[in-house]
Amino acid sequence: MRTQSLFDRQTTVVLSLLAAAAILVPAMNGLALPGSALHLSDHLVPLLGKYVCFALLALSVDLIWGFCGILSLGHGAFFTLGGYAMGMYLMRQIGPRGVYADPVLPDFMVFLDWKELPWFWYGFDWLPFAALMVLLVPGALAFVFGWFAFRSRVTGVYFSIITQAMTFALMLAFFRNDMGLGGNNGLTDFKEILGFPVQAGSTRIVLFVLSVLALAGGYLLCRWVVGSTFGKVLVAIRDAESRTRFLGYRVEHYKLAVFTLSAMLAGVAGALYVPQVGIINPSEFAPANSIEVVIWVAVGGRGTLAGAILGALLVNAGKTWFTAALPEFWLFALGGLFVFVTLFMPRGILGAASDLWERSSQKLRARRSPQSVTHAAE
Amino acid sequence: MTAPITPTLLYLDNVTVSFDGFRALNALSLAIDHAEMRAIIGPNGAGKTTMMDVITGKTQPSEGTALFEGSHDLTALDETAIAELGIGRKFQTPTVFEMHTVEDNLLLALKNKRGPLATLLSRRPAQEQERIDALLERVRLTAQRHRRAGELSHGQKQWLEIGMLLAQEPKLLLIDEPAAGMTDQETADTADLLRDIARSKAVIVVEHDMTFVRDLGVKVTCLHEGSVLAEGSLDAVSANERVVEVYLGR
Repeated sequence: MRTQSLFDRQTTVVLSLLAAAAILVPAMNGLALPGSALHLSDHLVPLLGKYVCFALLALSVDLIWGFCGILSLGHGAFFTLGGYAMGMYLMRQIGPRGVYADPVLPDFMVFLDWKELPWFWYGFDWLPFAALMVLLVPGALAFVFGWFAFRSRVTGVYFSIITQAMTFALMLAFFRNDMGLGGNNGLTDFKEILGFPVQAGSTRIVLFVLSVLALAGGYLLCRWVVGSTFGKVLVAIRDAESRTRFLGYRVEHYKLAVFTLSAMLAGVAGALYVPQVGIINPSEFAPANSIEVVIWVAVGGRGTLAGAILGALLVNAGKTWFTAALPEFWLFALGGLFVFVTLFMPRGILGAASDLWERSSQKLRARRSPQSVTHAAE
Repeated sequence: MTAPITPTLLYLDNVTVSFDGFRALNALSLAIDHAEMRAIIGPNGAGKTTMMDVITGKTQPSEGTALFEGSHDLTALDETAIAELGIGRKFQTPTVFEMHTVEDNLLLALKNKRGPLATLLSRRPAQEQERIDALLERVRLTAQRHRRAGELSHGQKQWLEIGMLLAQEPKLLLIDEPAAGMTDQETADTADLLRDIARSKAVIVVEHDMTFVRDLGVKVTCLHEGSVLAEGSLDAVSANERVVEVYLGR
């Protein structure tokens, strides 16, 4: 019962902070005068938007890793696929304004001397179709991949390794020009989204607010999932998989469902990321990216949802600062952080904080009524 | 569905399991009736746990027949399907969901729809709470209902797991060493509980503790090297020369 109310309090805090971000960032950027201490300069808006997308990606990893024990080291693949779906829409919006001014073909296809648009580009000039693909492509890949892996009972470190192989294979495939997705340059030089210029400050503000809304929606969805009986079964699978099987649950169906849902969330994060950074290329598939996401979750606190968001924001803010101030030390700092968290804060920042909170409130209760505590300790 | 081949609830015939040439079960045959309790004894490595693995679908026998209710071929089904047929299993070391509360452990075990969509959208009706309350009462964990299962004592975990088995409403319960690590009083209470359960369900108990087996007062099957060595009352089995030989060594 106590954990339930704690969760509700966590939801209130997360949603309040996200609401504050959605109001303050536009206000500080648009209303506060440049030069005043409160002003947020234009280049920071898409940077913050990028962090918010990473937080949604971290949330999707926490849903499967923290609650079902599925450690995916290839979740960047779903994020990137969602990003490519959005990138394809943005490419089609360029129209004849490309360098080669071809009315239909994107620049890289003209450059490769292609004569017509490949079939899989059809429909991407229409945003609702692209949005559907943002969900369906990562979802379908996760479903097929998960179907084979979970049915064959591939678990633990073996599963993690094949997810790495998956994202690595996709990276190699997308690097090839014949994939028809821009090869190693990827998709870039975007002009407009729904008719609004992508580079404009106002568009970036709207994209930031949309990202925050997506994060809030994703958080509520995950909260609802883990709070249901379905969520209890996920935790049961995480802690005692064979027991869950002997109780009559089809473990592979549960894993498949939550893995697919998580991949779709990652896809949404990628789709919102691309218009804000202005490019998507195969290096986003790099296995190291996916491992970094797991570090964010571990730092914030696995299995808490809010911790994933916190970890993603903190580590990425640290990365921005570090790569500017001491670029050659960033990877050492990241590795050191991971080791430190694993050794000294196995439940991450949020886990350590809630331990502290529990201990201090226990002390408080002990001071108020010594009897009730001895009673509770029995 | 074909007509039942045998009227017994569980029917094992000539079941053989080999691991790299080692025969964990060697042409084992066993029949358990509806609402019968049977105690299985035997030295380490006699094949007791492997037999449970075969019945619950964890291990596929290389030879032999395993039928449930005369018509379900257990060798063709996996753990989940067998659990749905109505076979519940308690492990040797108590296996409960440590991070969940005692109440949630029982909730997950309750006989309900098990699909992902059903559990995602499930609303808990009041009668479910009543079933949980009754089970908590039966395994004497009412006072611990909101505690995490991981905080329970060893004996309490054993009882919680038996409670989870009951929540599944199985027709056959397989119980592996329920008295292990229990105090004398807890052991006696467990024997009472199992006798009570066996009034309406079939129960197979694997146990080393002979006092406990005597307390149960049921038919005993002694396994040795993967097959049945002796069967009958505990007194008859323990008087059997070969059983004595196996237990005391030559």
